[in-house]
Amino acid sequence: MKTSFRYIVALSMLASIASCKKDNYDSPSSQLSGRIVYQGEALGFENYQVPFELYQPGYGGSAPIRSSFGQDGSLNALLFDGEYKLVVPNGQGPFVWPKTNGNPDTIAISMKGGKAIDLEVTPYYMIRHQAITVSGTDIVADFGVEQIITGVDGRNIGEVALFVNKTQFVSNAGDSKIIRKIDNVDVVSEQKLPGGAITDPNAIHLVVPIPELEVHQNYLFGRIGVRIDGVEDWLYGPVIKVTY
Amino acid sequence: MKKILSLSILSLAVAFSGCKKDSEFLDIPPISIIPTETAFSDPALVISVLGDLYNRMVDFSSLDNGWQSFADFSETFPSENGSYWIVKNTGWGYGNWGLYDYGYVRDLNLFMQRIEASDKLKAEDKKRFAAEGRFLRASFYFEMVKRMGGVPLILEPLQYDYKGDPTYLQRPRAKESEIYDFVIAEAEAIKNDLPTSLEDKSRATKAAALAMESRAALYAASIAKYGATTPSVSLPGGEVGIPASMADAYYQKSLEASMQIINGEAGPLSLYKSLPVLSENFAAIFLDKSSTNTESIFIEDFKAFAGKTHGYTTNDQPYSISDEGGDAGRLNPSLNLVSNFEMLDGTFAPIPATDGSGKAIAYENQEDIFAGRDARLAGTVLLPNGLFKGKRVDIQAGNITAAGQIILGEGDLAEKFIGLDGPVNGREFRTQTGFYVRKWLDPTIGSGRRGRGSDVAFIRYRYAEILLNAAEANFELGQADLAADFMNQVRSRAGITVPLTGADVTFDRIVHERRVELAFEGHILFDYKRWRIAHKIWVGEPTGIVEIKTNLGKALQRSTQPWGLWPYQLADGPDAGKWIYKEVLPSNVTGTNRFLLGNYYSQIPDNVISANPRIIRQPNQ
Repeated sequence: MKTSFRYIVALSMLASIASCKKDNYDSPSSQLSGRIVYQGEALGFENYQVPFELYQPGYGGSAPIRSSFGQDGSLNALLFDGEYKLVVPNGQGPFVWPKTNGNPDTIAISMKGGKAIDLEVTPYYMIRHQAITVSGTDIVADFGVEQIITGVDGRNIGEVALFVNKTQFVSNAGDSKIIRKIDNVDVVSEQKLPGGAITDPNAIHLVVPIPELEVHQNYLFGRIGVRIDGVEDWLYGPVIKVTY
Repeated sequence: MKKILSLSILSLAVAFSGCKKDSEFLDIPPISIIPTETAFSDPALVISVLGDLYNRMVDFSSLDNGWQSFADFSETFPSENGSYWIVKNTGWGYGNWGLYDYGYVRDLNLFMQRIEASDKLKAEDKKRFAAEGRFLRASFYFEMVKRMGGVPLILEPLQYDYKGDPTYLQRPRAKESEIYDFVIAEAEAIKNDLPTSLEDKSRATKAAALAMESRAALYAASIAKYGATTPSVSLPGGEVGIPASMADAYYQKSLEASMQIINGEAGPLSLYKSLPVLSENFAAIFLDKSSTNTESIFIEDFKAFAGKTHGYTTNDQPYSISDEGGDAGRLNPSLNLVSNFEMLDGTFAPIPATDGSGKAIAYENQEDIFAGRDARLAGTVLLPNGLFKGKRVDIQAGNITAAGQIILGEGDLAEKFIGLDGPVNGREFRTQTGFYVRKWLDPTIGSGRRGRGSDVAFIRYRYAEILLNAAEANFELGQADLAADFMNQVRSRAGITVPLTGADVTFDRIVHERRVELAFEGHILFDYKRWRIAHKIWVGEPTGIVEIKTNLGKALQRSTQPWGLWPYQLADGPDAGKWIYKEVLPSNVTGTNRFLLGNYYSQIPDNVISANPRIIRQPNQ
């Protein structure tokens, strides 16, 4: 019994020493960060809904690293040093990504240590002078919508909306706005206004009553969204916290 | 010394005995592999090769790829702890439903090449085998084009020459329309080489080829027509998307194929009308494998005690009637689907749980609330107090007082008033919507046991679908009266008394009829995709009860979360002992279905694109 125990100790020591070789890469440590901007102003999206792809040519296959922009239009990736190409796939995002012959342009990124980039795109619309405030028992949004792409490529506003959520993830998605069941009927904390009903795109006023929550909290998060006709992803403004 | 001697003799003996000629020693015919020439010299052996190819056919939801393949899209609730993700998901990945299997295509191409090369088979056998191979290949390309759009059209086995340059094997994607054209042309080319006799429905027949043509041409036509509503779901080279101008020709093609079946050119087919009770009759279509079933056209057959069975009945039988204690009840049809079965006079009405003033209606018998509905409801869904294997299911959510207080019992009797079959939120294997599935559920004794399994056949094509295909093609070609005739045949079989007129037939009607007639037969996803309405129905926002009760029978009725309908027995008051119902969203339903434009065509895997740069990517992903 004693001998076998000794063997086990010896063997495991041997195993642990033998395995102490360097057999791994260091984890990637170069931080790529960036934003999607129009004239320096960041665009907002729904979380995880606007993807981007990073290709690193020269390693056999050509499969991309897929990730998506954050709510505030930010991108983050931890990479190895090297040459990368970044692209937003066709048909994604409430903006026009530069294209050549119908194929999205790649942006060359040379990673060496950290790097911050701003990706300049042309959105269909921009949300301007937005303000979300509390007024009595309501949350009130005042903003304007400016059309950026006009002419043949221009698109109409499908609808504009104010969404309210308990957490800082706010969007049109079912789990990113407050939905309460009252007598089995959904009451959604949002106000949507169809594009045709907008009288003055420069002064839009939306109101959502402050919902009664099961667990009381004295703050909520509001966000303005614009749906553009024929474009899948909504355009959002920043998430604004209101306290009451 | 002696030892050395004996050892050396022994080793010499070993050395000499190894001195056979290599050719004598190594060239032994293998006993576990049948060489190609032998296999393709005898019809019986060819059938076993063919059997493997038939077994590898792919269906979207079929009895042998698990109950989960029936479960999604809010038509059902999945009552299994490991499967609630289906109703917690907020959408589908771009890769979902993908199919890209050129290994199978290669095997089919090899099969055809070898049949062609064989000189020992009779000419008539050769003809039929070759036609079956082409049928399987066309079916598979149809299955791929449904999911991926245009794919490379490979019609001969490709061989790599190991010289380091595979570019000559890299084929680009064909146009989506070219793949549909191929399927249609193949069906036309082989239909007369296949038997018209419908004795063996698990093998390709003339009717099967025409049914495939009917469906494929209809898909192509609707993609051409309705693809115009989603211009971004297309590729400039036509790999995805079909020009709208081609729609009418495809509808015409589909109609011609359907009419050949309807006119009896492909064997005696008709609607199944064998049992006097219409709902029993409808359920029996999917159980009857005898020659009285004149409705099924092409099936995937199973055989108990012979190695080919499936677990559909084991997985989905009612809990209280389970043959396999505790293994049951996974597939619970939703109120969304149930409400969409019409009244017998052809009008739509929500399941009447409450009256106009919002007060709950009390029913003498549990099943009374479903009275006067389309017989397909009770044929597709096992309703509360429904009959299965001679027993009634026990579905009760509790007792309730006239004042509306729910009583479940106290102390030891904590759940006294809950049915053996549920519903209780989160209690798996029992219904959580108040319904069980009935379609495909096998009433044979022992069919619910894991060991025996069920041998109910999966019907891939049936006559009623052909009628609906013909109705849709007629409607789209502006012949609404003819469309109404075909739909009325299917509807009167379900007991609907008021026939549709040409003016009643609308797009909504077409969509609705297919949803209720062909529920749980693997159609809904591809139907919604080809009409380009999937992204308008599965919008990613919750489905409220108002939505469940209104817009019934409308193509664009939102259906993102599966609702349930829970029965309670009244404990006191004038109606004591009667039943009332409450609409309930099962608590595990926290997600919402969201279908993105990028979901219309499944992602082509990265390794495929990386290996073949001529493959272009799907739109919107």
